[in-house]
Amino acid sequence: MAERVGVYVCHCGSNIAGVVDVGGVAQWAKDNLEDVAVARDYKFMCSSLGQELIEQDIKEQGLTRVVVAACSPHLHEKTFRKACANAGLNPYLCHMVSLREQVSWVTTDKTAASEKAKAMISAGVRRVVLHEELEPTEVPVNPTTLVVGGGIAGIQASLELADAGYPVYLVEREPSIGGHMAQFDKTFPTLDCAACILTPKMSDVDGHPNIHLMSYSEVEEVTGYVGSFTARIRKKARYIKEADCTGCGICIEKCPKKVVDEVFEAGLGYRKAIYRPFPQAIPKFPVLDTANCTYFERGTCRACEKFCPTGAIDFEQADEYLDLDVGNIILATGYDLFDCAKIPQYGYGRLANVFTSLEFERMCNAAGPTEGKIVLRDGITEPKSVALIHCVGSRDKRHHPYCSAVCCMSALKFGHLVMEKTGADVTSFYIDMRPLHKNYEEFYDRLQQEGMHFIRGRAAEVTDAARLPGEEGKLIVQAEDTLIGRQRRFPVDMVILLGALQPRADAKETAVRFGISCSIDGWFTERHPKLDPVATMTDGVFIAGTCQGPKDIPDSVSQGAAASARVQGMITTGTVLIEPIIASIDEARCSGCRICNNLCPFNAIDYLEAKGVSSINAALCKGCGTCVAACPAMAITGAHFNYAQITAELEGILYDAVRGNGFGSPKRSGGDGRHAVIPEPALEPAS
Amino acid sequence: MHGSRASDSFLTEVIESTPGAETLITCLQCGTCGGSCPSGPDMDHTPRALFAMINAGMRDEVLQSNTPWYCVACYYCMVRCPKDIPITDLMYSLKRMAVREKLYDDRDAPDWSQSFIGMVDNYGRSFELGLATRYHLTHHPLKKVGVGPLALDMLSKDRMSLRPDRIKGIDQLRAILDKAKSMEAA
Amino acid sequence: MRYAYYPGCSLTHSAAPYDLSTRAIAGPLGLALEEIEDWNCCGATEYISINKAAAYALVGRNLALAAQQGVSQDVVAPCSACYLNLRKVDHYMGKYPDLRDQTNQSLAAGGLHYDPGSLRIRHLLNVVVEDVGLEAIKSKVTRPLDGLRVAPYYGCLIARPQLNGGSIDPEYPTHLDHLLKNLGAEVVDFPLKTHCCGGHMTQISADTAYELIRRLLHNAAEYEADLIVTACPMCQLNLDAYQSQVNRHFGTGYHLPVLYFTQMIGLALGMEPAALGIGREVVSAAPALKKIGKVAPETPAAPRRRKRDDKALPMPRQREEA
Repeated sequence: MAERVGVYVCHCGSNIAGVVDVGGVAQWAKDNLEDVAVARDYKFMCSSLGQELIEQDIKEQGLTRVVVAACSPHLHEKTFRKACANAGLNPYLCHMVSLREQVSWVTTDKTAASEKAKAMISAGVRRVVLHEELEPTEVPVNPTTLVVGGGIAGIQASLELADAGYPVYLVEREPSIGGHMAQFDKTFPTLDCAACILTPKMSDVDGHPNIHLMSYSEVEEVTGYVGSFTARIRKKARYIKEADCTGCGICIEKCPKKVVDEVFEAGLGYRKAIYRPFPQAIPKFPVLDTANCTYFERGTCRACEKFCPTGAIDFEQADEYLDLDVGNIILATGYDLFDCAKIPQYGYGRLANVFTSLEFERMCNAAGPTEGKIVLRDGITEPKSVALIHCVGSRDKRHHPYCSAVCCMSALKFGHLVMEKTGADVTSFYIDMRPLHKNYEEFYDRLQQEGMHFIRGRAAEVTDAARLPGEEGKLIVQAEDTLIGRQRRFPVDMVILLGALQPRADAKETAVRFGISCSIDGWFTERHPKLDPVATMTDGVFIAGTCQGPKDIPDSVSQGAAASARVQGMITTGTVLIEPIIASIDEARCSGCRICNNLCPFNAIDYLEAKGVSSINAALCKGCGTCVAACPAMAITGAHFNYAQITAELEGILYDAVRGNGFGSPKRSGGDGRHAVIPEPALEPAS
Repeated sequence: MHGSRASDSFLTEVIESTPGAETLITCLQCGTCGGSCPSGPDMDHTPRALFAMINAGMRDEVLQSNTPWYCVACYYCMVRCPKDIPITDLMYSLKRMAVREKLYDDRDAPDWSQSFIGMVDNYGRSFELGLATRYHLTHHPLKKVGVGPLALDMLSKDRMSLRPDRIKGIDQLRAILDKAKSMEAA
Repeated sequence: MRYAYYPGCSLTHSAAPYDLSTRAIAGPLGLALEEIEDWNCCGATEYISINKAAAYALVGRNLALAAQQGVSQDVVAPCSACYLNLRKVDHYMGKYPDLRDQTNQSLAAGGLHYDPGSLRIRHLLNVVVEDVGLEAIKSKVTRPLDGLRVAPYYGCLIARPQLNGGSIDPEYPTHLDHLLKNLGAEVVDFPLKTHCCGGHMTQISADTAYELIRRLLHNAAEYEADLIVTACPMCQLNLDAYQSQVNRHFGTGYHLPVLYFTQMIGLALGMEPAALGIGREVVSAAPALKKIGKVAPETPAAPRRRKRDDKALPMPRQREEA
């Protein structure tokens, strides 16, 4: 029985209609193309009315196929498939032809555009009559979720899932959760103490019946697909038996080895070889750093073991490996701070009183190396004047071209803290002030009122070479005060560098491990920068927080919550629909050559030893078609992209060249010399 | 797109005369150049201000400014510019444009360069004594108190020659330079 | 190791000691320097201010001759300005095809041609430190320069711009510091070591130039340097020959001799000062050089153990030096 195809040519306002003769093309389709029962043009097919047009025609005109010639399928394929489904037509019997992105948006030549539109619609119609009804596969969703990274975003995501009743594995690489936020003193713009607002959440995580916290652990490998991932975790040895440790801290007190704490104290303070990163650490168990431990270096000491009242020290402890089965993964791995020594003219590392933002946070923090006192590198002297340099490593083609989003606000915060604690003079050197979000501009106004100075000029250099009176013994910031157009020198006691936020050093490896991609800057790539910031192109893997790009705490929390909401949606639905546009292997034709196995970019093809044939995992397959093309026996079919469908589409495009050879049949019966002939395949296609 | 407004013709001219200067249109006006410049305080306008003026089409003011002539070509601005603008090269272009259009009032700096290249054109090498005498005697000779003793110092330490060195291939060099000069816009 | 040697105009007269000392140490260091036949002036910072095509052609002739003469693929220039001009023209010709074509058209009028990238332009300091190597130099030292406090002054053009090939850090290089340390001298961490000496500003605006020179002298004096060591004839001229003018202008009393690094190497290798052109500097180096070998080298103090109540905060961890 012949199919009845409905063709709908969208104007898309003037986007398509301004270049393509939409009415004429629709009419042409009706008059010239076989199987076309209805052909219309309409202003906005994606509108409710446009969709209803399709539904009405399916019901009243008995359409069996639909072709919508409009924008890119990326945008509205789902919309039109849904419309067909509503009218009782299998959604895969609907096909979209892109007349906008592929025709009207790439040329201004109206004649050529209309001709191309005709060719593409012809292709679409010839193809769609060969479409088959397909049904998506349903796979179950494991209600357990893996959250990687225990900073504020990861904590938020874990709590929301756990509070909703779903189990969560929270894996954190450092000995404690808390992330960078735990290092801060106060947060902008409220000047809330970071620990005061963070520790309640950390506390909620600790002992939450639905959260299994695995701290000091790393994800080694991930296999599987959405709904059923398996993650191999390496629990690094703490050298402490958690069951016996009471968290009393005597081991830390008695440990004779003191080293600079490069991580939590940002290199500004010390810790012992056996340590807890900070007093409110969750979990409370210390960690033994074997690289700096006297026992592991020389075999002596063992003071911690001697003094531990419960015998919880275990020098023989080894790393443990566990396999976790989860349904979804949320990555919240955070950021690293830019290495300010890469900009030598600012003197970091060479001039004692130049500090980074993280160092300064530690300094302000009451639990930090100076007990909250703002002092110079000598640990004693209070500064009388402080300079804040913005955009260190940000907005710079030599380092990071992007803006780090939080530095302007951090500078205001630091300014306030310095003035409050020391009464010192504070000057900020900025290019543009970026207080963008709620109450941020008001915070800027507040700091102006508090007497903070602002110089619009990117600091050129920080030097200790005094030149003018008043500069002796000071650090001098030289910059152009661009608002008056003059170079000025500012002698100060202390300089704070607002360094850029940058992706973690191993972000690219992490991306590969979880099957997602990174942008050129190294941030994890979201599915859509405007409309889908927490999903990735890999179903079941989500991203949240600064690992997706620089942002402040409210945005990190929002993303953590958003990611958990997406996951909860999948868990409550219970199953996930896998697109049926996938490949399948005809076992009868498969010779077991295994050429396809290694070509699959998604590792979706397995070899079945017992049968001697390859087999495609429907849930992992993305329908890319690589194996279909590679199979020498033509044993693999790509659903919705089979040989007949593709050939029909090609013939449709060449409609005016193959006119003489008849529509509707993929077989050629010989050319007449003047028209194109599509050659027969060497083998009969599998379908 | 730059170059579309009437006031952009000067901007376009400056960019086209300097290799790699397309980045000038991305200038953030951050002031790193003005802040780094060792002779910045002695300039009418900092390099950054000059770029703003170029963007505003202020051709005469820019070419009359002493800024390019005070550039010591230390390249600090160029290595620190976050937008990769070839600032020092732009200064050289502005010098050339000012000389061609005879816009810069103070004749000292352009004349020094002209005298220098005059020596090179004649001998293929620089000739300090000739350069110094020609230049200083015609530019504020009475102010040049230290030059005499300095010259004597150099002569006595055998660090200055009384006669110019001339390369063998001076004709070849002249042919090359003449061809080059004929190609550069008049 | 053979190099095509481009002395530059300064080295023939005002910086003759630089040329003399370079040639004196070349042999012992294993550097075979062959002067480029009939080289011409590089144009300094002057030609490019008047006419770009001619400025490029002027340098182009040198590159074409060096390539043609085929002594070596490496061209070594002791003068930082010549070094900059030679490598900038080579680099820009490679990067901008129009400039390359225009320059070759000019060169064709003299029967010459140059393909950018066919030569590697090196500064003498880089050649000494990278090709000869600090270990090799140290092993040849017979008269270590201990007792002498030196301020290594790089100047600007050896370090900037980088042009995808500069091997020296543009802000804080350490080549020369290490070299002098290996010669036995006490090296002063002189923060203005890549700040500009003013170049030709002495002729354009003496006030500007004198101030730039004063800053450098002041900084070196502040750090109690006995001697400033430089790698550029312009820097040497400005700091040395104009020192008395600077003193007069500002009422200061600096007496800081300025020598070339090649002269320092020569001294450490046991050569006679006169053979290295020492004595031809305006501010005499003789008093400073008398200190060599006189002051007993201080043994570096044992690293202080951190006292219990020491409140000082740790300095940031230094990254490994390249």
